Amino acid sequence: MATPLVDMRNISIAFGGVQAVDDVSLDLHAGEVVGLLGHNGAGKSTLIKCLSGAYRPDSGEIWIDGKKADIASPRDARHYNIETIYQTLALADNLDAPSNLFLGREITNAFGLVDDARMEAETRKIMSRLNPNFKKINEPVSALSGGQRQSVAIARAVYFNARILIMDEPTAALGVHESKMVADLIQELKAQGLGIFLISHDTREMMELCDRVAVMKNGQLVAAAKVEDVTEDDILSMIILGKKPDHLAA
Amino acid sequence: MTDTSTEDAATRPAPPPGAPRRGFFQSLEIDVRLLGMIAAFVLIALAFNYSTGGRFLTPRNVFNLTIQTVSVAIMATGMVFVIVTRHIDLAVGALLATCSAVMAMMQTRWALELFDLSLGDPMLAWIAIAAGVVVGGVIGAFQGWLIGYLTIPAFIVTLGGLLIWRNVGWYLTNGQTIGPLNDTFQLFGGINGTLGVTWSWVVGLIAAALTLLILWNARRTKVAHGFPVKPMWAEAVVAGLIVVGILGLVAMLNAYEVPERVLERDFAARGLEVPEGYTAGYGLPYSVLLLIAVAIVMTVVAQRTRLGRYIFATGGNPDAAELSGINTRLLTVKVFAIMGVLVALAAVVASARLTNHTNDIGTLDELRVIAAAVIGGTALSGGIGTIYGAILGALIMQSLQSGMAMVGVDAPFQNIVVGAVLVNAVMIDIAYRTEAIRFLAGLVIVAEVTLILWAFYTPIWALLFLGIAGGALVLARMRRIV
Repeated sequence: MATPLVDMRNISIAFGGVQAVDDVSLDLHAGEVVGLLGHNGAGKSTLIKCLSGAYRPDSGEIWIDGKKADIASPRDARHYNIETIYQTLALADNLDAPSNLFLGREITNAFGLVDDARMEAETRKIMSRLNPNFKKINEPVSALSGGQRQSVAIARAVYFNARILIMDEPTAALGVHESKMVADLIQELKAQGLGIFLISHDTREMMELCDRVAVMKNGQLVAAAKVEDVTEDDILSMIILGKKPDHLAA
Repeated sequence: MTDTSTEDAATRPAPPPGAPRRGFFQSLEIDVRLLGMIAAFVLIALAFNYSTGGRFLTPRNVFNLTIQTVSVAIMATGMVFVIVTRHIDLAVGALLATCSAVMAMMQTRWALELFDLSLGDPMLAWIAIAAGVVVGGVIGAFQGWLIGYLTIPAFIVTLGGLLIWRNVGWYLTNGQTIGPLNDTFQLFGGINGTLGVTWSWVVGLIAAALTLLILWNARRTKVAHGFPVKPMWAEAVVAGLIVVGILGLVAMLNAYEVPERVLERDFAARGLEVPEGYTAGYGLPYSVLLLIAVAIVMTVVAQRTRLGRYIFATGGNPDAAELSGINTRLLTVKVFAIMGVLVALAAVVASARLTNHTNDIGTLDELRVIAAAVIGGTALSGGIGTIYGAILGALIMQSLQSGMAMVGVDAPFQNIVVGAVLVNAVMIDIAYRTEAIRFLAGLVIVAEVTLILWAFYTPIWALLFLGIAGGALVLARMRRIV
């Protein structure tokens, strides 16, 4: 098998006395969507934040492209082309779409000043591809709908050539139509060879979008399995009981 | 994704696609808030001018008004950054005193010994200013470090700073008044340092030309990228207003003539006599030029640099900024260091205007500065604020204060009015953005005006106003307009 794009090995992290992530190993290949499932507090988001640089694991290693990676901050994660789309929509509400898209990576001109016109042009270009209905380029993103805001966040990942994409509940704030749009986008990005970690509570959605699902409970990995090998009931029982179904246990 | 924005009904309804029908003010693309502030300022100026029988808008008073505003306005531009990043600085008035004390001691004692200079040497002024700026910047950065890296709330750090720096200034000078300050240093005070008529016109014309160039350039960039631009007539109206504003101010300041005895003194100092019929206007004070330079630099920083972008992003959503790789702790240090440097510059202007350093210099300035920024539209919740707004806010505050003094309003009422204006300005600003409180805010304003009419005019006028305005408000409420 090819070298995995991401290989998280024996990751552990504790907050105070609580073992949030307990010796979890998980990998992700290029062109693959891996879903992370589990109750609130199961450790999904914490595990993934170790990859995105928001947390530093107490122990364990992260390997990217077969090389050991040192991710100490979100800036480091970006260096490895890891982009994260957060549940809470990490956008600055008071700024417009181009400012958010380029936040932390502004295009500057010869004088070192921010080149708003070029950033706006680039934003219009990528938005016409991702979301042709997107018109409010110059308004603060607080004036946008949930779907439009999500498309700004996704555009940020796509524009900077992410290879590893982390999506934390990307459809939680969206309506049916907008969720469909995000689902289509995930398929397109996957076809382009990105590796995607998807976190969601919606088991059915996960069955449709993912190649593999990994279930966590109380900080531990219950199992990771190909979606064709499990049923929705299997996944639910893993989430609730924390037990591998018998046919996988073998 | 469909374009189903949950746009607040308070903002204008989106024009239907393909049919961009726009109103007059929308075409101008001027911020409604800016328009409101300018309208308020013009109203205040006209009202005072009327009630003082035309004394408020004389060249002399406009000149005094501008030089009195400079110190607070310079600090207010820095306070915008502080408040935008969700902090506060209560120590600016005290820090001004420390900077002023350092500069005064430097030019009257320390530098004389250190560099072997004699009193009156122009170099002393520049050494003193450099020392003041360094002290202001370092103290500001230190406070920012305590706030950013040690996560002590800004309110506490600067409240402590208020006590500390006020008394460090006292200690440095033994509480004495230090003066007279160096002649070169005094040039930054206002009346003692002006450009004169000719150079003021030159500066005014250059500023006007630069404005036109910038507007034209911005439009050209938009056209080059194929972005929508406002109609040409709107562009012309905006440009015209700015040019008239600049040249009008210059004309006003030039019209303030140097009194004859001052001319006589100046000529006598050069061993000459004033020629028959000779007059001279003051023109632009250096302190105002300093404020303009600060305003330009701060606006460029706010709008055109990464630092500015990060300041506003951090204010809007600190977590998002952090996740985008912005070092928000270092950013806090930078913001407070900028504030410190601006306080030092304000200290130059304030002490030079008084021609000496006094122990109580800058007392209560922290409140004036915060009020100026807030009246100028800076939101205490962070992320929103403009440099020009803060300067306008400072100007409005100063106009109120000196206008009331000219009219002869009793001292206690002067402060009552300023306090009420501050609270009202913020209330109107919130009501503008939040539909839910609009009716209540309207009631408050009607009640206030009624009270004022009752107390200072006649109850009949008050009741008449209450009936008409209150009735209109209730009617609007019933029709669901507010």
